[in-house]
Formats: sequence, C-alpha cells, structure tokens
Amino acid sequence: MIEGISIYDILTLTTILFFIGVYGFLTRKNLISILISVEMILNASVVNFVVINKYLYPDILQGTLFSIFIIAVAAAETALAVAIIINLYRQISSVEVKDTEVMKF
Amino acid sequence: MNISYIILIPVIPLVVFLLLGIFNRKIKPSVSGYVGVFGLLVSAVLSFYAAFEYFFVLGKVDGVFQTLSEKIVWMNFTDSLHIDMGILVDPISVMMLVVVSTVSLMVHIYSRGYMHGDEGYTKFFAFLSLFTFSMYGLVLATNLFQIYIFWELVGVSSYLLIGYYYTKTSAIAAAKKAFIVTRFADFGFLIGILIIGYYTGTFDFETLNNPEGSAILNWASYSFMGLSALTWALILIFIGGAGKSAMFPLHIWLPDAMEGPTPVSALIHAATMVVAGVFLVARLFPMYYFVDDGFVLQIVAYVGAFSALFAAIIAITQTDIKRVLAFSTMSQLGYMMLGLGVSGFEGHSGVGYMASMFHLFTHAMFKALLFLGAGSVIHAVHSNFLKDMGGLRKYMPITNITFLIAALAIAGVPPLAGFWSKDEILVAAYEHNRLIYYIGVFVAGLTAFYMFRIYFGIFWGKDRLYHHKPKESPLSMTFPLLVLAFLSITVGFIPFSEFVTPDKMGFTAHLNYPLAAIASAVGLIGIATAWVFYKKENQLGDIWANRFGMLYKWTSNKFYFDEIYMFIAKKIFFKRVSEPFAKFDRKYVDGTMVGIGNTTVATSRKIKGLQSGRVQDYAFAFIGGAVIIGLIFIYLWT
Amino acid sequence: MDILSLFIIVPVATIVALLFSKNLRQARIIAMSGSLLQLGMAINLVFAYLKERAVSDDIMVFTKDVVWFQPFNIHYSIGVDGISVALLLLTSIVVLAGVFISWKIFDLPKEFFISLIVLSIGVYGFFISLDLFTMFVFFEVAVIPMYLLIGIWGSGPREFSAMKLTLMLMGASAVLLIGILGIYFNSGADGGVLSFNILEIAKANIPIEAQRLFFPLTFVGFAVIGALFPFHTWSPDGHASAPTAVSMLHAGVLMKLGGYGVFRVAMYLLPEGAKEWSWIFIILSVIGVVYGAFSAIKQTDLKYINAYSSVSHLGLVLFALLMLNKTAWNGAIIQSLSHGFMTALFFALIGMIYERTHTRNITELGGLLKVIPFISTIYVIAGLASLGLPGFSGFVAEMNIFVGAFQDESLFIRIATILSVTVIVITAVYILRVVGIMLMGPVRNESFLKLNKVTWFEKLGILLLLLPIVGIGVAPLWISDMILESLQPFIQGLL
Repeated sequence: MIEGISIYDILTLTTILFFIGVYGFLTRKNLISILISVEMILNASVVNFVVINKYLYPDILQGTLFSIFIIAVAAAETALAVAIIINLYRQISSVEVKDTEVMKF
Repeated sequence: MNISYIILIPVIPLVVFLLLGIFNRKIKPSVSGYVGVFGLLVSAVLSFYAAFEYFFVLGKVDGVFQTLSEKIVWMNFTDSLHIDMGILVDPISVMMLVVVSTVSLMVHIYSRGYMHGDEGYTKFFAFLSLFTFSMYGLVLATNLFQIYIFWELVGVSSYLLIGYYYTKTSAIAAAKKAFIVTRFADFGFLIGILIIGYYTGTFDFETLNNPEGSAILNWASYSFMGLSALTWALILIFIGGAGKSAMFPLHIWLPDAMEGPTPVSALIHAATMVVAGVFLVARLFPMYYFVDDGFVLQIVAYVGAFSALFAAIIAITQTDIKRVLAFSTMSQLGYMMLGLGVSGFEGHSGVGYMASMFHLFTHAMFKALLFLGAGSVIHAVHSNFLKDMGGLRKYMPITNITFLIAALAIAGVPPLAGFWSKDEILVAAYEHNRLIYYIGVFVAGLTAFYMFRIYFGIFWGKDRLYHHKPKESPLSMTFPLLVLAFLSITVGFIPFSEFVTPDKMGFTAHLNYPLAAIASAVGLIGIATAWVFYKKENQLGDIWANRFGMLYKWTSNKFYFDEIYMFIAKKIFFKRVSEPFAKFDRKYVDGTMVGIGNTTVATSRKIKGLQSGRVQDYAFAFIGGAVIIGLIFIYLWT
Repeated sequence: MDILSLFIIVPVATIVALLFSKNLRQARIIAMSGSLLQLGMAINLVFAYLKERAVSDDIMVFTKDVVWFQPFNIHYSIGVDGISVALLLLTSIVVLAGVFISWKIFDLPKEFFISLIVLSIGVYGFFISLDLFTMFVFFEVAVIPMYLLIGIWGSGPREFSAMKLTLMLMGASAVLLIGILGIYFNSGADGGVLSFNILEIAKANIPIEAQRLFFPLTFVGFAVIGALFPFHTWSPDGHASAPTAVSMLHAGVLMKLGGYGVFRVAMYLLPEGAKEWSWIFIILSVIGVVYGAFSAIKQTDLKYINAYSSVSHLGLVLFALLMLNKTAWNGAIIQSLSHGFMTALFFALIGMIYERTHTRNITELGGLLKVIPFISTIYVIAGLASLGLPGFSGFVAEMNIFVGAFQDESLFIRIATILSVTVIVITAVYILRVVGIMLMGPVRNESFLKLNKVTWFEKLGILLLLLPIVGIGVAPLWISDMILESLQPFIQGLL
C-alpha cells in the first residue's frame, strides 16, 4: 500500500511496460534486443504480481514468491538464449533475425 | 473314307518348322535343306495319295463328291458358338492340297540351289515350312475361324519371308506394307466373321454352305442399311479375300512383295497364298450364290474384271521383271475372281466356278514356273531389271525353253494349260455378262503382249555387259523348272469339270470352238505385237511410249496408287491423327493431371509465406488474434 | 496351414530371410528360391483347384475366414475361383521372371528384393481376398512399394514419375474407398448385418440409388490402375522411369488389379449401377483402346510405346468387362493374363536392350537382329503376339472379346465394337514400325557389334514368360473353360 498511488497508476505503468516489451519483441531485428524485450514483458508481469499481491491480498506472499520464481526462470532462460545466440553467431556471424530463417521450409 | 492321315499333311511341315526354328544355329545348312525338302516330300506324297483316293476311289458316293470332316473343339465362345480345329475334305480342299504340295515341293528343291550359301539358309527353310503348314491349315479349314487363324499365319509367314533380307530397307518396308494392307483387309474379314457368327450361330462351313440350311434360307431375316446382314458379312469377307488376293484397290502390297527372295515370290505371291482370297470365296460359294441372289457375286465379278484389266495395263510398262510377273499375277487373280463372279450353281451353269478353280490350278503351275525361271535369270545376271538382260537364250537354254512354255501357257496358246482354263472362264463370262467377257478377252491379249515383251527382252536381243558370263543354273534349280514345264503343258488336259463343281456332282465340259478360237487368236495377236516390238532391239517401244505420253507415265507409275496410300498413311494418319493424339495426350490429358499437381504446389507456395519462420511474425499473429478474439468477445458480451 | 494363406506367409518369410542376408549372393538366392517356391505353389494350386472344383459347387473354394476387427465386421476372408487362380499363376510367373531379370541389380539389392516381394504380397493378397476391406489394404500394400522401387532404383526423372504414379493411384484409392464404404453401409439394406464380405454383399440387394451413386466411384477407383482413359498418364512416365523388373511387375501384374477389381467388386456387387453407367465407360474405354494405339505409333521411346500399347490393350479389358456377358468377360480375363505375360516379356526385353545399348530411343537403334539375335527374335515373337497373331494368347483373348461384344445388338455397342476391332490394324502398324526400325535394317552403330550375348538367367526369364503365351495361344480350351466355369455365378448375379 503506497500512499497517493493507486493500483490503477501502477497497473497502467506495467501495462505500458508490457506493451513496450511486446512492441520490441515484434519489431526488433536484433536477437539481443528481442531478448531484452522479452525481459521487459517478464518484468512487467513480475511487477504486476507484486502489486496485485500487495494491494489485494496483503497477508499472503504467494504473488511475491511467484515473482522471485519468475526472476529465477528468466535468468535461466536468458542464459540459455544468450548461449544459443552466441552459438548462432559462431555459425552465421550474425545475430539478425532475418539470417536465422534457414530452416523455415 | 478314312481321312485321319490327312492331318499329317500340315503337321509334318509344322514339325520341320519347329525343328529348324529352335535348332536354327545348331543345324548345318546342308542338313536343314534336306530336312525341309524331305518333310515336304512326305506331305506331298500324302496329298497326292489323298487326292487320288478322294477323286478316283472313295470320294464319290452316288455321283456326288462327299464332304468329309474331322474336328475337335479348340475354344468355346458361347454354348453354341465355338472354334473347331480340324480338316475338311472336299473337292476344292483336295485340289488345293495338290497345288500347295506341288508348288511348295518344287520351291523347296529350287531353294536349295537358289539360296545356297546364304547365311540364313536354315531360317529360310524354317519359314518356308511355316508357310506351308499355314497354307495347308488354311485349305483344310473346317470353319471360318479356323480359316481366319491360318489366314493370319500365312500373312505372318509372308511378312517374314518378304522381309527375309532384313538389312535391306526396301524389303523391310515391303514386308510391313504387305502385312498392314492385308491386315486392313482382315479387319473387314473379321467383322464379316463376327456378323456371320452372330446371325447364323455357327462358323462351320458345312452348316453355312448347306443350300437347305437355315443360314442360307433365312438370309433375309436381318437387315442393315438396305442390305441383309449376311450380305454385308459376305461383302466384308470378300474384302478380306481381296486383300490377300491383291484385288484393286488393295493390290498395292503385291508388287512390293517382290523384294522377297524369288522362290518365295513363286510360292507365296504367285501360286498359293494370293489365291487364298479366291479360295475363300469359292469355299463360301453357296452362300455367295444364294444370299441376296448373288448380289455380292456381281461385286466379285466386277472387282475381278477391273483388277485383271488394271493390272494387265500396268504390267506392260514395268521394267522390273518380277514386278511384271506380280502384276500379271494380280491380273490372273482377277480372272479367277471374275470366273467365280459369273458362275451359276447347278450343273453346267457352274462352269465359272469350275473354270476359276481350274485356272487357279493351272496358273499355280505356270506362274510358279515363270517366277522360278525369272529367279534363275536373276541368279545369273544379279539384277531384276530388263535393261540388264538380253540374249540369254544362248547361255541358259533350259531356263529359256521352260520360260517360253510358261509364257505360252499364260498367253493362252493351245494346247497348253492356260488355254483350257482361261477359255472356260471366258465361256462363263460370255454366257453371263458380255461386258466382262470383252474385258476378259482384251486382258488375254494384253497378257500375251506383256509376257512376251519380257520374254523377248530377257532371252533375245543383244547381250548386255555382264560382269561374268551368265551360265545355266544348277540342277537343283533346273529340275523344278522342268517338272513345272511338264505340268504346264499337261495339266490342261485334266477333265476338271468332272471333279470340281459348285454342286459337287461334276459335268462334262465341251470346248466352245468359236470362243476358243477368238481367245487364242487374241493371244497370238498379242504375241505377234510383242514380236514386232521387242524381238529385235528397236525404237518402237519408246516411240509408242512417247505417243501415249501422259498415259504411259501414269501407267509406269502404277497410276500413283502407292503415292495415294502413302499420302493417306503418312500425311493423314500419322500426321493428322497419330501425332496430334500423342501430343494431345502429353499436353492436355497428362497436362491436366500434372496441372492438378502443379496447382496444388503453386497454392502451397503462395500460402507458405505465412509460415515465415520468424517467431516475431507468429507472435504478431498470436497477439493480433488474441486481441481480435478479445474484441469480439467483449463485443458479444456487452 | 491352408493353401492360400501360404501365398502371404511364404513371401513374408522370404522378406525375413532377406533381412538376415549378408551379401548380394545370398540376397539373390533367397529371393529366387522364395519366388520359385511361390511358382511351385501356384502350379500346385491350379491342380488342387481343378481337383476341388470337380467335387465342390461353391463359388469360391479353399475359403477361410478369420475375424480381424469385430466392430466393423472386418474379416480376413480368403478364397479363390478359376479367375483368381489364373491370375495368381500369372503373378508368380512374372515375379520369378522379374527376379531373374534383376539378377544384376547391384545397388541396394536386399532392399530392392524386399520391396519387390512386398509388392507381390499385396498382389497375392488382393487376388485371394473376399473381404472388401482386406482387399483394399492389400491394394495399398501393392501400390506403396512402387514409389520406393521407382524413386530409388529408377532412371530419368524418377522422383517425379514415382510421385506422379503414387499420387494418382492414391487419389484413385481415395475415390475407391468412398465406393467401398458406400457398398459397406448399404450392404445391410434388407435388414442384415453390415458386411465387407463380397459373397454376402452379393446376396443382399443394394438399393438402386446407392448402386447408381457408388458404381462410378468404385469403377473409376479400380480402373485408374487399369489405365482407363483419361487417367492413364501415370503409366507411361512410371514405366519409363522404373527399373526393368518393376516395369514388368507393374504392367504385368499391378495393372491387372484394376480389371480384376472392376470385375469382382464394381460389376459383381453393383450390377444395376453397371448397367446404367456402362455407356459412358464404354466410350472412355473405346477411346482408350484406339487412342492408346494411335499414340503408340508416334512414340520413339520403347517404354513409351509399350506403355501406350498397354493403355490400348487394357482398354480392351475394361471394354470387355462392360459388355456384361460371359464370352466378353472370358476374353477380358484372358486378355489380362495375356497382356500380363506379354508386357512383362516386352519390358524384360527392353531392359536387356537398354542394358546393352544404353538407349531406348528406337531411332538410335537398328539392325539388332544381326547383333543380338536371340533377344531380337523373341522381341519379334512378342510383337507378333501383341498384335494378336493366332497361336499366341493375345488372339484368343481378342477374339473372345470381339465375339462377346458382338452378342449385343444395340447399334451403340456395334459401333464401339467395330471401332475397337480397328486396333488389330493399328497395333500391327506400331509393332511392325518398331520391328522395322529397331531390329531390322543395317546396324546403325559400330559399337553395337560388340554387344554382350544373352545370359542364361535372361534366357530363363524370357522363356518362363513366353511359355504361357504360347501355351494359352495354342491350347486355350483348358484355361478358357476354367474361367468360363467360374464366370457362371457372376453372370447369374447380373441377370
């Protein structure tokens, strides 16, 4: 419960953050940028979890717990994704999305 | 009369064929020649014995020659319709046995000399035996289908023998032409057989030919386009016969068939196979006579007369001696058809039929002799053309004499064989149809003329430039010549009318002196004209050729019939039918099928862009979809 | 062990043995002994059948019925009559000849022989099945290996041809499946249980509306593999790309499934539909007969010539089947047999010629009679057989067809018959053309003079195929009576 700030303000902020992430995910050409966009989406949801937990059910901690869980998974996922990107870079010397379509059909 | 042994007559050549055909490479040529000749000798002896027994001892019961047959079922079509295999013995089949045996035996003996040293010697004898077997089967056939079967077999043996020199392009083309033209005629024949089988319910000659039988009595019960079904059938069967017997307009294969070895021409394309058409009409003669009151016989007569005239005219201008003989054969076959066409049925009115068979018999002898003589000449000078021959009488006395006898015989000079038979045909024509009679007489004159034209051309006149001096052929070749020459002189005296008549009763024929005198006079005039023109080298021939100008050109090109047929076959059937069909198939029929496939592929290519492989696109589609669904959901909700 | 199931078990055993074979030699010997055994079984079956027929009046003999899938009443139900016996004999002979001819396959021999034998299992199974569903399964089993056989061991545009062939046949199967299911769901029309069994369905009366609807589907489904115009175009390409033995099996045996299926299923089970629809299929089959023959005249590739000739000959089979009478049907079955042996022989010979001269284009060949006389002579004989010369099986078949077709008095069928009789001329044209250009004439290429002589295995394969052609042609009575007898119940079903 933060004084002066309603839940709507925070949710609006996270929604903006989420859609910035979505926009980035859909439009970025660089794999790293896409990864960052994905992180932004995840972080938006993390904030949501925390905020909703705090505002609606202040006496339980499951939302917060979930956000930590998400952070952990996101870290693992980022590590994996970066590993793939590095390997991909070794193969095709590029991290552009358009160069990765070799297996499409 | 026990006729079982007659089955051996065709079987022996078949065995010889299989023996020589299968062990083609293992048998020495010297042996294969003997095997062939010996096999045929046995057949010939049996044939002569059968003829003797049939005509003189046992065949006649109560003044009528019996029709005897033995058969087994070969294949069933329906409960009543079946093909039998068997032998039918009646005057004409026995007579044909004698003809085939005699000529074939002579040709076998002759071939031992003529084909000596040829690399396909054994093969040649194998084919000859195959042919002889088929021909025996044809003449002994008991029913229409059996005759058709052997009809095809003689056709194929003819194909194989014409194409015997298979590396020669012209021989291949000739063989192909012969087969396809006769096959085309057989198409008619087969349909005729099918019609007869359907409407009369039988293929059997004895049943069909019975004048009191249902086939003949009920001929008018079915009709089609103004004629009865059986009339159509007989016309179609006659087309088959006309194809084999080289009647106009299906004659074009016969001159080309001369590409085969000369003994083959003598056997197949002069004496035996080509008369099969005549034989077929004779075989079904009661049907031809009674169905539609002899309507088809008139067609037969006119086609025969026209072919006789047409061929005789062409024969005058040909320079290849074998082709002259080929057209002469066609002309004489026309005579035989004409004889059948003008014949009646009972008693003395059957003289045309009798004469036709008689002419078939005598013609086989002297025409085989002419061909074998020509072969002997060709063997000596290595050319078929008149321009390479001349003055050969000094070098080849036996060939000269025998050829002369044959030429006289075909010209109808009494008392040689051709005179008697031709005279009878003219008598029949005279009594029946004057127009045909006049054509017949005119053709007789032409025959004498062209035959002596080549005779003088070959044996008289100046010597040509021969590479080596021509010499008389060996005994194996001259012996058959002598035998056939003897037969050409004597067979005319056989009282044929006692034996072979349509009603099988026999009658005594008398010479009609005025008509005989006219016929022989015309023949002699023809010979005399040839004497003036060709006895000595002179320009008369060329002068007259120029005088006729256009006509001469047309005649020497056989009235361009080959070209017309070639045009129809190549330009119309190959170019306009076959090629478009083949193209149509590839382009449209196959094109449609491939097109269906290609359309599928093209469609898939079009829509596969949606699967770009980019996660972002999928995510966009997903999010867009989610948004749209969400909007719809909200819209519906409120 | 019943005598018919052996036709499935022995090939399966052969396949298993082949899987364990270690080298080329073993694979060959196993394949050969397997197919020899099948030939022995087929010959034995003929005699066993004749013996059984003498005492039994059933439509099918040696029947056996095992439930396979109860809910839909699918059975493994087998049995034979004279027609299937004859076709089984054909199959076993062609398979054995095919093995002999492909003796020299070096490329993946084990897999090749396995595919070949899988194909033959399908064909055997098809001929002995009395259950529509089982029959359909075997039909598919026979078609699928074709894809592999052409796609892997073929020549030229093999993937394309294999794909085309398989897709067209699969398309036909789809149509066929609808037809079969249609028959199945109408088989209980008089209140009985739904059944796939042919003999039981024949007893039930399928409503006429259903017959009208499903006859064309069933007919076309089967007829595509019997090269019905205009669905024949898979065959020329397929033949041209296929290796020799596969062409032989394909034309010799596989295409016979079409005629057999039409006869056994479409005609027998849907007779009313057949009567109503026959006119359109008569037109198509006559077109196929004449058109195939005319197209063959202009081809230059030997295999194409033969493929179009097959279209023409098999058009006659379908034409005869549509005549709906015993004589024509007899002709159709004999034509199937005769065409099977003849084309197999042709393809074998073409394979041998190709192997030696490395071309199938007749304009590049010439004078072969001089250099490879045995093969060439047999080619001439096969050609003569194909143009319907008496003494060979083709004549017997064609005459039965023509006489049978002539039993119908309607003008339409008369005209169709006369048109189809013209093939005796057109066939002669294209056969003699090939013989004239390819076998006769001067030797066109110096290198031909050194061609290899024919080997013993090739000779064996050739004679194996030639023997029945001559056998049927010279003495047709035994086979034609065997078939006629078996046709009796079918013709009664029609009336």
